[in-house]
Order: sequence, then structure tokens, then C-alpha cells
Amino acid sequence: MGILARADGAAIAARLDAAPPLPAATRLRGPETGLVMARGRQGGDGAPFNLGEMTVTRCSVRDAEGRVGHAYVAGRDQRQAELAARLDAALQDPVRRPALLEAVIEPLAAAQAERAAAMAARAAATKVQFFTMQTMR
Amino acid sequence: MAYVAVKGGERAIDAAHAWLAEARRGDATLPELSLEQIEQQLGLAVDRVMAEGACYDRGLAALAVKQARGDLIEAAFLLRAYRTTLPRFGASLPMDTGAMRLRRRISATYKDLPGGQVLGPTFDYTHRLLDFALAAGGTPPPAPQATPDGEATPRVTGILAQEGLMAPEAPSETEPPDLTREPLSFPAERPLRLQALARGDEGFLLAMGYSTQRGYGNAHPFVGEIRMGEVAVEIAPPELGFPIEIGEITVTECQMVNQFAGSKTEPPQFTRGYGLVFGHGERKAMAMSLVDRALRARELGEEVDAPAQSEEFVLYHCDNVEATGFVEHLKLPHYVDFQSELEKVREMRATVFREAAE
Repeated sequence: MGILARADGAAIAARLDAAPPLPAATRLRGPETGLVMARGRQGGDGAPFNLGEMTVTRCSVRDAEGRVGHAYVAGRDQRQAELAARLDAALQDPVRRPALLEAVIEPLAAAQAERAAAMAARAAATKVQFFTMQTMR
Repeated sequence: MAYVAVKGGERAIDAAHAWLAEARRGDATLPELSLEQIEQQLGLAVDRVMAEGACYDRGLAALAVKQARGDLIEAAFLLRAYRTTLPRFGASLPMDTGAMRLRRRISATYKDLPGGQVLGPTFDYTHRLLDFALAAGGTPPPAPQATPDGEATPRVTGILAQEGLMAPEAPSETEPPDLTREPLSFPAERPLRLQALARGDEGFLLAMGYSTQRGYGNAHPFVGEIRMGEVAVEIAPPELGFPIEIGEITVTECQMVNQFAGSKTEPPQFTRGYGLVFGHGERKAMAMSLVDRALRARELGEEVDAPAQSEEFVLYHCDNVEATGFVEHLKLPHYVDFQSELEKVREMRATVFREAAE
């Protein structure tokens, strides 16, 4: 779910093009956009407090085989929420699951990991290397 | 008579708004700004609008900036107004900022802290000279990359707490109060104060934080740690019954470490002021942490005598949407109110002159 939540609708749709087709599905709820109150903790690790809201889109579907899928994704991308809900339903099917993981989830996860690694590499380049570190200790 | 005035006003308002739209667009021979351009190239304005609009959505904040012609308080107002049209699905689990994917992480208290000083994309150390190369435009060379060393980045407050030198946060899972649902009430507990500060005006909090440094409130602050990066947001929807990740958001966190002389019940130690804001908003996070610490005076048994230590003063005045509403309403018609004032002043003058003549 986390991987689908971080991928936009177009990216999920592009991956689905290369996957076996999803079963037909009817919408039970949504896709609809609303708010989730994001919470932090005082001092970073104390009592929770309300930081502010964020837009979230949710969708629930039932596929032709009776499986129910749910999705909540940050932002307002309704296509993303609906595809994520349909995938949530289809991934519960042990027959479909391996092919969908391989064609959709794993490539999306790899692309996200690559972006995260590129960010981490830029951050690492700005890490201060104190020349005096050895002698100061 | 009154009816005619309303009609005239309406026409004038329509014309004013048409002119506003034209002025917003500016010179039509120049390319129009897209929301993507605002989001990408005016990212810190977008972040500020999300923080003060108390709604995380970069696209909506970019639209608000465009609609408000770059007036960021107006943009925060637009975002606040929009959020009232959306249903609330629930609240997230408290985010774990300790697990943040860091773009920046610095400490002013420990040079060689575990995990090191990671500068990230910062204005610090720039010379604040106007860069005329930017006026010409162009694409900068790609930023250097290095292999991350994978070293853990524990919180500085944790390092101090290990030695017993930092007052720990009491573990709690209490449902926090929500000022978007219930109006502020006093005394305001810390979770409510932090919510108000997180959506408060950066300029107001900056001035309040600055006042604590200049002697209005007994502050001796050090930046224990500032971190900026991405944190995962999780919710536990009732239909699923277990937590799922719904995405990640960018936040900036500041732990301000303050000396504390101790009280009847507490030994001398450090205490913390905490700042957490949506987006990359370091000045705001720092100011928030200074004000948070100042507002803890009452609970720490310190004297409350400076403006920044007064809950009512700070919390009632830190919200720029409320403040702008009350200040700017003064320019709306007050003809009847003023008529009565006018008559009162005329009468007072007449009385004074009559008495002087007697």
C-alpha cells in the first residue's frame, strides 16, 4: 500500500499496461478526496499533537470475484486511489498476486528506491567532514 | 436610495475583480506561470502557505499563491477556506520524525554528533549577494553526489537524555485537542499550543522568538538539532483495522535546547522547545521552538512576565488568517457606526466649548 501511495496514477497505469488485466470492479465508495489530520509528537517523542491536515483520496471497490479492496493515498489523485484499491483487491488473489507484484509493485518500488537513493546521495555530498575530527577526539 | 447604492457597488466590485484578474495575469505578452512552475521554483513560498494554511497539498498551495498574486497570507487564507469544503477522514498515527529520510540535519551543540552534520540545500553560508546569473536564467550543473555512509542519526535530545541532562518527554497516547474543532481555551496545554504555533504566522513567531533572545523571557537557547526531510504518514482506517502508509510529507523539525535552573521538584537540567512545520521552513521551526519553550514557563514553575510567555497573548495573536480578518475588516463600510461616533464627538466638543465659555 505504501508503494502505491507514493506512486502517481499515471505511473501505476503505465505499469498495469504491462501486467495481466485486473478483474472488472465496481466502486463501493469514492474515489473521494478529504482530509487527514497529520499528527506529530511534542519534543519528537512525547504526547501526540495535531500538526495540520493533508489532502487524502480514498476509494473502495469490489471486483467481479467478490474481493474488496481499499486505498487511502495522500493528495488528490483519484485515478491513483481507484487503481490502488483495485490492486489491493487483486493482490488478495493468490493466483494473480505474483504476476502483479512483479509487473507493478516491484518496478514502482525500485523507481521509488532509486529516487530516495539519489536524494540520499545528494545529502551525503553535503555532509561535513571535519579535518580535525581525529585529533579533537 | 439604499438600493441604488447597492447596485452601484455591485458594478464597481465586478469591475474591480475584472481588473484584479488582469493585474494578476500581468503583461499578457509574457508567458503565464504554471502551477508546476510555482511548486518547483517558488517551493518555499508553497511550503509557507501549506504551513500557515494548515493543509499539506503542494498543488493547492501553488494555486493559492497564483490566485493571491504572491500574497502569502491571502494564499494561506484561500487554503484554509478550501479545506473547510472537504470531509475529515480521520487522524494519522503520530509521525516518527526520528525515522525521517534526511535531506538536512545539523546541530549547533555537538560538532561530531553521530550521523554527522548534513547541510542539505541551504541558504546558510551563501553571501547574500544578488546573483545576476539567475536573471539570465539557465540550468545549474547537477549537485554532487556521494555514497551515504549509512551511519545512524540519533536525536541530539536522546544523547542528552541518556546522561540524564535532558528532561524526557512523558510518554503519552492521549487524544490531542484540536483547535479546528473546538475554540481555544485557557490554560492551553502543550499539544494545543503546538498546533496553534504550527499554523501560526512565521513573522509573528519570529518576532516573539527574537524577543525571548533579547531578554523578554529568560531564554538561553541552543539549536540541539534541526532536521528536514521526508516522513511517512500512516493511518489505521476502521475498515482495515491495521495501519497503512498513505504517503510521505516533507517537514522541518527543530529541537531547541534550553538551560533550566531546576525547581522544587526537578533538578537543574536542559529542557526543550519544539518546532515542527510542514515543508521546508527552518526559520519558522526555530521560532516555533523558541516560543514553545517560552510558553512552558508556567508548567516549569518559572516567572511569567514576558509577552512570549503569555499563552493568551501568543495564541490569540499568532494566527494570521484571524488577524488579517480582524484588521482588514476595518476597511469595510462602518458608515452607521461612524455616524454615531461623529455625533458623539460633536456633542462632546459642544459641551467642552460651552463650559469654556461659561
